[in-house]
Amino acid sequence: MRSSVLAAGVIGIAVMAAVDEIVFHQVLGWHHFYDRSTLTIGLLSDGLLHAAELVALVGGFAWYADLRRRRVMGTVAGWGGFLTGAGLFQLFDGFVDHKILRLHQVRYGVNLLIYDVLWNIAGGLLVLVGLTLVWRVRSHAHSREP
Amino acid sequence: MHTLVSPDHVGRESGSPGLGVFPLVLVGLLAVAYLVAAVHDKRRWSHRRTAAWLVGCCSLAVAVSLMFGDGTSGVRLHMTQHLLFGMVAPLGLVLGAPVTLLLRISPPRVRRTMSRLLRSRPLHVLSHPAVAGLLSTGTLYLILLTPLYSAAENHQLLHHSLHLHYLAAGYLFTWSICGPDPAPRRPSVRVRTTALILAGAAHAVLAKLMYAQADGRGAELTGDDAAAVRTAAKLMYYGGDVVELLLALALFVTWYHHRSRLAVPAVGKARPRAGSRSKDREQRRPGRTSPAPYHPRRPLGDDH
Repeated sequence: MRSSVLAAGVIGIAVMAAVDEIVFHQVLGWHHFYDRSTLTIGLLSDGLLHAAELVALVGGFAWYADLRRRRVMGTVAGWGGFLTGAGLFQLFDGFVDHKILRLHQVRYGVNLLIYDVLWNIAGGLLVLVGLTLVWRVRSHAHSREP
Repeated sequence: MHTLVSPDHVGRESGSPGLGVFPLVLVGLLAVAYLVAAVHDKRRWSHRRTAAWLVGCCSLAVAVSLMFGDGTSGVRLHMTQHLLFGMVAPLGLVLGAPVTLLLRISPPRVRRTMSRLLRSRPLHVLSHPAVAGLLSTGTLYLILLTPLYSAAENHQLLHHSLHLHYLAAGYLFTWSICGPDPAPRRPSVRVRTTALILAGAAHAVLAKLMYAQADGRGAELTGDDAAAVRTAAKLMYYGGDVVELLLALALFVTWYHHRSRLAVPAVGKARPRAGSRSKDREQRRPGRTSPAPYHPRRPLGDDH
């Protein structure tokens, strides 16, 4: 169960990061490739995150495929891990990237506060639902064991 | 300032007068030699490997013919060539597993020499992902953030050696990350994954640095206008992504097949994120009773 959660969590993080890049950067054009207020440390962290995201996407799916093949992949635990990973990334992006490192903002030329709040609430909800699923599978497993 | 020659001029003339079609002939020879070797292999050489090698040769040919120029100029051209020479072509060539093919068709004496070479200490050091990463991505910083780039644009010999360097370093790095060829004492999948992430990050950061400095130092160093530098930087960023994705695919697909082949999985485990030891056991235990096919003696280099 533990590797199910972790493998799906890795996929969740990577998928959320990819969605962020594709939808907000490319499709909507809200985020910018580079905005002038970016700090050098921001560039570094962004590069690292971006590279890790791509590798995590492939690695996560390979891991998932391996677990499936050996029939040890738990579906509910997997969804729990996936949602938790996705939400954690959303929160990380919302707080660390947007606010602390000021890499880029959610949107430009509008009142940011509401966007920021919505962004982080969405992330928080994902984590909450994900953790609930994981917790339920865990307690279920424990109640069966003894 | 390093604006000595107009970029158009360099783009058109850097390839043709120096070497003519010689590099193209060389690429053609590489392809033909491989095909001949593949036909000579008695144990039926994999078609996929052959296809990979030919794709590599094609990207080399495209990169070489770009030198003859069609108006794309300066730093954009250089970046396209960097991507082709240093990243796309090596991936195809490495996945073609030329060393395995050579080992298969050569007489025992040559084989012994080759395996001694493969076991040699300097090669291990050189082909360690960290060293290979420094040599390939690391030297990019040296080239693009110093006057070396504009010097190469004005110097035939330096220009060509830069391309050769891209190819050699790219091959080395690709080989160290996901090469199907035999590599004794190759570092674990975890080490290779880390190296891939770090190299990818360094590549992306350099691209953004170029973008950020396009107006000032970037234009000064390349002798190109800021818009061209920005285009080149974006090309580098997104091109780098595509290749990183392909490298990761090659690495993990190999890992996936490798696990199915191990009766007692012990060697490579790919976990992009850190985990605890107990999970290892949890992962390994079902592996022994795995329904997956077990091939004790699959020929080398057939895992894609």
